[in-house]
Amino acid sequence: MTATKDLEPDVQELERVTIRFAGDSGDGMQLTGTQFTRTAAVFGNDISTLPDFPAEIRAPAGSLPGVSGFQISFSSSTIHTPGDQPDVLVAMNPAALKTNVGDLPAGGALIVNKDAFTQQNLNKAAYTSNPLTDGSLKDFALFEVPISTLNERSLDGLDMTSKQKDLTKNFFALGLMFWLYERSMEPTIQWVNTKFGARPVVAEANKRALRAGYAFGETTEAFHTHYRVRPAKLEPGTYRNITGNEATALGFLTASRLADRELFYGSYPITPASEILHQLSGYKTFGVKTFQAEDEIAAIGAAIGASYGGALALTASSGPGIALKTEAMGLAVMVELPLVVVDVQRAGPSTGMPTKNEQADLLQVMFGRNSDSPLPVVAPATPGECFDLAIEACRLALKYMTPVVYLSDAFLATGSEPWRIPATADMPRIGVKNASDPTTFRPYERDPETLARPWAVPGTAGLEHRIGGLEKADVTGNVSYDPDNHHQMQLYRQAKVAGIARDIPPLEVFGPERGDLLILGWGSTFGAIRSAAELLAADGAAVAHAHMRHLNPFPANTEAVLRSYRRVLIPEVNLGQLLMLVRARYLIDAVGYDKVRGKPFRIGEIVDEARRLLAQDA
Amino acid sequence: MTDALLSPENAATIQLTRKDFVSDQEVRWCPGCGDYSILAQTQKAMPDFGYKKEDIVFISGIGCSGRLPYYMNTYGFHTIHGRAPTLATGLKAARPDLMVWVITGDGDALSIGGNHVIHSMRRNVDINLIMFNNRIYGLTKGQASPTSEFGKRTKSTPLGSVDTPIIPLTIALAAEASFVARSVDTHTEHLQETLERAGRHKGSSFVEVLQNCNIFNDGAWRDFTDREVREDRMLILEHGKPMIFGKDRDKGIRLSGLQPEIVTIGEGGISETDLLIHDEHAEEPHLALMLSRMFWPAFPVPVGVLRSVDRPTHDQLIDEQIAGAIAKLGAGDLDDVLNGGETWTVE
Repeated sequence: MTATKDLEPDVQELERVTIRFAGDSGDGMQLTGTQFTRTAAVFGNDISTLPDFPAEIRAPAGSLPGVSGFQISFSSSTIHTPGDQPDVLVAMNPAALKTNVGDLPAGGALIVNKDAFTQQNLNKAAYTSNPLTDGSLKDFALFEVPISTLNERSLDGLDMTSKQKDLTKNFFALGLMFWLYERSMEPTIQWVNTKFGARPVVAEANKRALRAGYAFGETTEAFHTHYRVRPAKLEPGTYRNITGNEATALGFLTASRLADRELFYGSYPITPASEILHQLSGYKTFGVKTFQAEDEIAAIGAAIGASYGGALALTASSGPGIALKTEAMGLAVMVELPLVVVDVQRAGPSTGMPTKNEQADLLQVMFGRNSDSPLPVVAPATPGECFDLAIEACRLALKYMTPVVYLSDAFLATGSEPWRIPATADMPRIGVKNASDPTTFRPYERDPETLARPWAVPGTAGLEHRIGGLEKADVTGNVSYDPDNHHQMQLYRQAKVAGIARDIPPLEVFGPERGDLLILGWGSTFGAIRSAAELLAADGAAVAHAHMRHLNPFPANTEAVLRSYRRVLIPEVNLGQLLMLVRARYLIDAVGYDKVRGKPFRIGEIVDEARRLLAQDA
Repeated sequence: MTDALLSPENAATIQLTRKDFVSDQEVRWCPGCGDYSILAQTQKAMPDFGYKKEDIVFISGIGCSGRLPYYMNTYGFHTIHGRAPTLATGLKAARPDLMVWVITGDGDALSIGGNHVIHSMRRNVDINLIMFNNRIYGLTKGQASPTSEFGKRTKSTPLGSVDTPIIPLTIALAAEASFVARSVDTHTEHLQETLERAGRHKGSSFVEVLQNCNIFNDGAWRDFTDREVREDRMLILEHGKPMIFGKDRDKGIRLSGLQPEIVTIGEGGISETDLLIHDEHAEEPHLALMLSRMFWPAFPVPVGVLRSVDRPTHDQLIDEQIAGAIAKLGAGDLDDVLNGGETWTVE
């Protein structure tokens, strides 16, 4: 929380604020965070969010595993991450305090629901003494607010049980935050009216709770100051707040329009990818066909079937589901049909930590199939960029007749940022042609430029042919066990994917073109790395940042970029997967920086690691 | 649209013959395999459906049966083990105009692909699934299959299989298949007729073809399918007709409590009117389920159509939802959706 200048005695202007709401998973913390996000976004701040919730839908109330959190950073300048540490922590119960207070820096504001600090709740959080009274919180600006009591009082006279009333206390906390940061309650009030229109008592209770929290901030003497964060100077345009999963779904919808192909989406529910299915199943008026399959294999099988029939076909999952789809992905490589496979990565191995972030499926999607089975891999870097990369994945699949893997992750999927809405009229079409001429059609005759085979869909007279998982003879596509043919076909499949390097943008560098250190990243580490590079550059270090959106093939200039720096540092939320690919491919002595804590990198961690490397060389 | 195509008039216009459905690929099953007959009857059945050959797709899994699409001069897709119904489901959803056949075997359909068979049937995906049942794994050279008899000695079960076999038709009925039938590879006329009926049915058709593997399980069904014994040991089902069998047409099936029993017409005052009448269209599948569990040697083995009922197909329901949404809300506008929700403008 950096103060820029003092205004009136009770208003302080800040450039950036990071708030974390933490409570029981039944306390509505995700909703509270989302409402604050909407309000900040519509106000015009740059924002970045990090929801952090347990996989259990309702873990035992008050328990440590049941804590759900939502962090939002909002700013009057451009930001890339949801903030390393919160400036303000709102803790609705002892368990939320215990699991989150470690992230709060000394001097940070700590607002707790005093009413929840009962002996029973302290026991559930394994506190042996009450942190509110034992002095352990002395480093923080502690505000003990009897949120439950004040909230219940504000709902006097409403026809609700105490338990129902208690469910609205998150809106009291939200109201208090709105007052503290000079936010309008109006967007949330409108939301309540729409959401609970049919249940006027519930609507009234939520509005009263919100206003009571706001009024408490205004009248109590506990809070001397409130804070102002002005709108950010974003690029002109129309904006909306968007999560990665929303942007992914919109990207696919847009791609189907740009390619003029029906969209077919086969999927099986899995965290954190399900939201894409929910979103796309709402686009019936676009003729989008969504299919909730009996399992992950059926989901991809149906997508391949739809692709065979001429649709733009997609399937999505997370790591465990991708493992199940593996054999069918190999089939798609063999039959050379367009297909996009979405992997919204989460912490593994096995079931791992389903709601927590990791980017550790890169090698799985690169190599996790029998034999040499190359396919292109793309990865968005920010929630908004999910839109562009979803379209790019479709473009590559259709142009090169190949399955393409699109690697998102839990942080991108559920995190959000302001997104400038693109004008669809300006977007390049995706040209797709189906074979139609029986006199020239040969199922495996390749386009000399792309090496793609023709897409001949059933229903086309004279093009009846058979495809399948058995090796094909070059050109005719008949089953072949010929040794030389197999060797040639393996080379073709490899060359087809490698050749895509000619058709993708070069790797861009932020910072000096040559220097001491290049920090290379991919996926959702973008924000932390970019912010770190900005900080290091401000210190005068010759440090640059490059971020890969295409992971197979690599952009054509990758090696040249990497060789322009004395050192290459690759921070990843895995144990060194891009690192392994880069070292193997270019024989460059890049070093990794790996953290797999289920959470995104902090900017400070990357800055420290970069400084450590630079100091070694000095 | 599918209805219109499925008319004899269309078949007359299109004028195809069996030969039009024979591909240029050399057939590579073992000499004497039952699959040859199934292929021949399939090719014979094709011209009468009224579909052009480019509108017909054969999708198969892995196993000896999986090769069949290569031999059909239609569109064909030889997929991966057990997954053919999933590809067929996606293809049919995307392309309701096509006629889609799924070719599978007892291992492909009921072991590795069991889940997909169940779910394609309950969704009533408009496919014709032909399951070649030879009670053995042929392509992998002779291991027990999910339909192998209990105690069956195979390469993988030298002391006999300890697994209770699956009854394919019972599974199909339990999965709500809207058309369920059985035929035999060597009973060529009956097989062709059964395939034709399956093809004409709108919705999921499940056809079990009892097939001989003369290499790894020779005589799989001979106890009741051989010419000399079949009239006495098989029950040919005909809708609306009493269940009569036997060389002398003097045996029948009667219901005793909830159990079927074999009776002899003319003995003990039994007449045709005492016998069960076959009803393919019964709303509830009790009769079909009972028939599916009748087997030699306790009973004659029923062949023919056990069940044929109408219900909306998967692709119809998908298309109706889309048409309904568009009728109510208008065709989707991409810019509207992108600009949906709360927006703000930065000057």
